[in-house]
Amino acid sequence: MSAFATPDQILEQAAAWHAAGRKVALATVVQTWGSSPRPVGSQLAVDEAGTMVGSVSGGCIESAVVHEAQQAMRDGEPRILRFGISNEQAWAVGLACGGKIEIYVEAVV
Amino acid sequence: MKRDLLDRLVSARADKHPVALVTDLGTGLQTLVTDTVAHGGLGFDATDLTVIRQWLDADRSGVIEDDERRWFVQSFNAPPRLLLVGAVHIAQALAPMAVVDGFDVVVIDPRGAFATDARFPGVTIVSEWPDDALQQLRPDRRSAIVTLTHDPKLDDPALHAALRSPAFYIGSLGSRSTHAARIDRLREAGFGEADIKRIHAPVGLAIKAATPAEIATAILAQIIQVRRTDDSGGART
Repeated sequence: MSAFATPDQILEQAAAWHAAGRKVALATVVQTWGSSPRPVGSQLAVDEAGTMVGSVSGGCIESAVVHEAQQAMRDGEPRILRFGISNEQAWAVGLACGGKIEIYVEAVV
Repeated sequence: MKRDLLDRLVSARADKHPVALVTDLGTGLQTLVTDTVAHGGLGFDATDLTVIRQWLDADRSGVIEDDERRWFVQSFNAPPRLLLVGAVHIAQALAPMAVVDGFDVVVIDPRGAFATDARFPGVTIVSEWPDDALQQLRPDRRSAIVTLTHDPKLDDPALHAALRSPAFYIGSLGSRSTHAARIDRLREAGFGEADIKRIHAPVGLAIKAATPAEIATAILAQIIQVRRTDDSGGART
């Protein structure tokens, strides 16, 4: 985990990692329902080693998002992730706050 | 996201140009939209562009969907500004805290001994009289202004300029008696009750803050509270 970053610094870090030859993916909160830990537009940048800057939740789903981000870096395909307590069967991790959240994950290519 | 698009987005942010990133959540195609141009692989008709620019103007992000498409619009606007009058000890604590909270911070003080880069690393410093400085900076609905000098020669002209602006937050450091005297001077200068009510004083949330850093915390918390709860500010995002 890197030091605290403002939204602009998250994008700058993603661009800098990619410029340095690292594989990079961005995860963005696109929709939320009920109580959710981060507002729409919140972002997390991840590199191939799993280094994170920013956040899409209070820490509850980051590891699952990083896993999917690394898949996206490999196959180049964007994916949509949905998390929430009503969706336990699809995902082993959930949001303890009871909200639902939709996250768009894309590799920088 | 294509690297070229990411670079354009980072550079628009650095230049503080408003820009919307639109992503087709079905295909992954993306386009950047500004008030004048659209650049990217996702095509829009004139109606789409109008809607996207309205969202950008309103600083709104979210999903646009109908039977045929599902788009995510992410609006990137200039950050809110915090204009601090008085390069004093409280300002030294408040400036970096506000930067972490996403504010673009400007410190205004004509006194050269206070307004130095060494005291305010990484923060914009304007070494002019507050009324001149505020005239140049043109505070808008996304600006907060806090006077911290205690000195009427500096605070009063700053408050006059602040009250003539649409700033969403105006705060002024000083005890109740200092503020009472300040209110008398503002009335003499022609300001009315509605103007005077816009000034948060004693400044900051009442958390019994004692040290400069604690007072800075109380002020910043109040600015955030006003920004996130007050519709009149027009700066809720």
